[in-house]
Amino acid sequence: MRKLIRFTSVMALGLSCTISIAAAAERITVVSFGGAYTNAQKKGSHEPFMEKTGVQILSEDYNGGLGKLRAQVESGSVTWDVVDLETSDVIRACDEGLIDTVDVNDLEPGTDGSAAADDFMPTAIKKCGIGAIVWSTVFAYDKTKLATAPHSIADFFDTNKYPGKRGMKRSPKVNLEMALMADGVAAADVYKVLSTAEGQTRAFNKLAQIKDQLVWWKSGAQAPQLLADGEVVMTTAYNGRIYNAVENESKSFVIVWDGQVMDIDYWAIPTGAPNKARAQEFLVFATAPEQLARQSMYISYGPPRKTAAAMVDESMKKHIPTAPVNLTNALAADAEFWADYEDELNERFTAWLAN
Amino acid sequence: MNEMVARTDTLNPLTADAREFEGKALRAQLARSTRLEKAKALLLVLPLLLFIGIMFIFPLADMMLRSTDNGPVAELMPDTATRLLDWDQSTLPDEAIYAALARDIQTAQKERTLGKIATRLNFELSGIRSLLTKSARKLAQMESSDESWKQRLVQIDQRWGELATWSAIKRVLPSVTATFYLSSLDLAYDAKGEVVRKPPERAIYVDNFIKTFAISLGVTLSCFILGFPVAYLLSVLPTAKANLLMICVLLPFWTSLLVRTTSWIALLQTHGIVNDLLVWLGILNEGNRLDMMYNMFGTVVAMTHILLPFMILPLFSVMKSIDPSFMRAATSLGASPFTAFIRVYLPQTKPGIAAGSLLVFILAIGYYITPALVGGRTGQMISNFIAYHMQQSLNWGLAAALAVILLIIVLILYWLFNRIIGIDKLKLG
Repeated sequence: MRKLIRFTSVMALGLSCTISIAAAAERITVVSFGGAYTNAQKKGSHEPFMEKTGVQILSEDYNGGLGKLRAQVESGSVTWDVVDLETSDVIRACDEGLIDTVDVNDLEPGTDGSAAADDFMPTAIKKCGIGAIVWSTVFAYDKTKLATAPHSIADFFDTNKYPGKRGMKRSPKVNLEMALMADGVAAADVYKVLSTAEGQTRAFNKLAQIKDQLVWWKSGAQAPQLLADGEVVMTTAYNGRIYNAVENESKSFVIVWDGQVMDIDYWAIPTGAPNKARAQEFLVFATAPEQLARQSMYISYGPPRKTAAAMVDESMKKHIPTAPVNLTNALAADAEFWADYEDELNERFTAWLAN
Repeated sequence: MNEMVARTDTLNPLTADAREFEGKALRAQLARSTRLEKAKALLLVLPLLLFIGIMFIFPLADMMLRSTDNGPVAELMPDTATRLLDWDQSTLPDEAIYAALARDIQTAQKERTLGKIATRLNFELSGIRSLLTKSARKLAQMESSDESWKQRLVQIDQRWGELATWSAIKRVLPSVTATFYLSSLDLAYDAKGEVVRKPPERAIYVDNFIKTFAISLGVTLSCFILGFPVAYLLSVLPTAKANLLMICVLLPFWTSLLVRTTSWIALLQTHGIVNDLLVWLGILNEGNRLDMMYNMFGTVVAMTHILLPFMILPLFSVMKSIDPSFMRAATSLGASPFTAFIRVYLPQTKPGIAAGSLLVFILAIGYYITPALVGGRTGQMISNFIAYHMQQSLNWGLAAALAVILLIIVLILYWLFNRIIGIDKLKLG
């Protein structure tokens, strides 16, 4: 039966996929999340890579998730060469054999000559993916609309002191962690508490305190929009989106770094990538310190390696999640935890939302 | 009669045998030429047949197979699989099974198949994924010792000493499974292998099927209430005016679905146009603006707008064919306009109402983008869960089971519809 399934998916996908036309110049397809983020990647890595090697890079956007990648790999018609994946996806894709393993010894050393394995943050090196950025979910408010400024994650949950609606992403991830931190759990203990049934109930109870004040967003662009429209007085958001709204759209938003939940995005190579050698070359190039530092000039996501972080432009330094001033009460998202409990917690979250 | 036959026989020099032979040859010739015609005709419809086969039948069959397919665990852990077949789930398995499991885990780790096993098992029991990866890591570091495999595994994690873990493994070994269908109905297996209800805080799908149903019914009803007068007006107005009105009906139909959905967001959100207007008019004050977006109300409003033409067009085509003299006859025979409408006009529009309602309802029940954008907390439909399991959780089995259940519901509805109204009475325009 499995064979039949594979056969049918090959039939369906193979025929529906367009046959790629052989191009004269060598070309790789690099897939990422689009918008300001992909622009920064283009400036940071794509353009210098094209200049250096003469290989054309076709940049494609997607919305995250592994559905497309899995369909490509299962049907044997892979068109992506390099893909930008979130942590949970990197782990699952690796488990399922959808992406190839990466050898850390192939990577460029740090600018001080230290081996890549020591230069990268330990969580940025996975079996099948290499960290490209550190990004963070923070909460932000509009300083023209709020009389007193909130300072801590507990303030986000305090509707007496700061009345008004709040925006949060419609997903249990990050929200449960923030709820526990607001409830007084130290960042270091969050996942220990969240692994227990009592801890999960505690997190949901904390969220329930502000449930009738919550507005749920789904895509990253919605969060600053909700804030700008005055739909909410504060919202959780990706730090780069808020930075972008402040710098490029002159909004008076302020980020509160307390209780931030940091995560990493990875470059990975799909199993059966059409141009594997060049893809590998791009991955090594894009994760070298120079490129990572250059990329952070265009968006406030930090490089996941020490020597690259040291090279980040002075004006940008305080805006990236890993800046020491922003790390006083910060949590690194635990992807292993979510790989285990996402299904269960998502069901519980959905049921909680509907009632 | 016999005489006649005899006469023809004498007239015709051919014997009966020869005639039969000629008849056969003729028939063969005829068959040959019609076969050619048939082949030509088949060639014409071949693209469509292929299209239906590849784009419709194959994916459908594939989806149905996936909803019961148990995954590759039995192939990837062969030793454990054969030994666990006879295990009765009442006590912990014996040492031989523990040893087989330890061996299988190590082999799977070497061959990079452990992830596949772990992913599949985690659908049965949350947390088993990291239990397997952790065990593989610890087993690789372990020195050889006199301890039994059972002791060693339980030492690595006490969950290896729990029945629930082992019955989860046993459940993924047969080639077909009911897990995904059970999950779709908010049921699950317990540690003894019996089907139980999921705890209420995790039960989501049955309620959502009901909600999907309710939303679709609501949308169909609102489309009918809004569409019927419009269709009537279209059918009685003079042609020039009717055409203009028809363009007004069709124009939104030709506008992108996303544009129409997002314009409803601009209109109905808390600081949107409608709320601003109501506040400006003094009907509402700042504090109690209405929540009309990101909930079930928003979903029903936006979907009604989008699906309205599917109701109006079949209604219009039926109304157009109703002779106005019927109504005149009814009133001249003494019926009040209301009675004439209810007893004479309305029954004649039944095929249009049926076609419009069926179209709108079936389109609504599988709606995805609009609820995803404006559904917020309470307006999510079952297709949003299917998309979630396709793209995010990668639990394609569960996505397939949900989709099959949805398909079955639609088929039952279609059958009911056919029994009550009759599909041959449909008039689609």
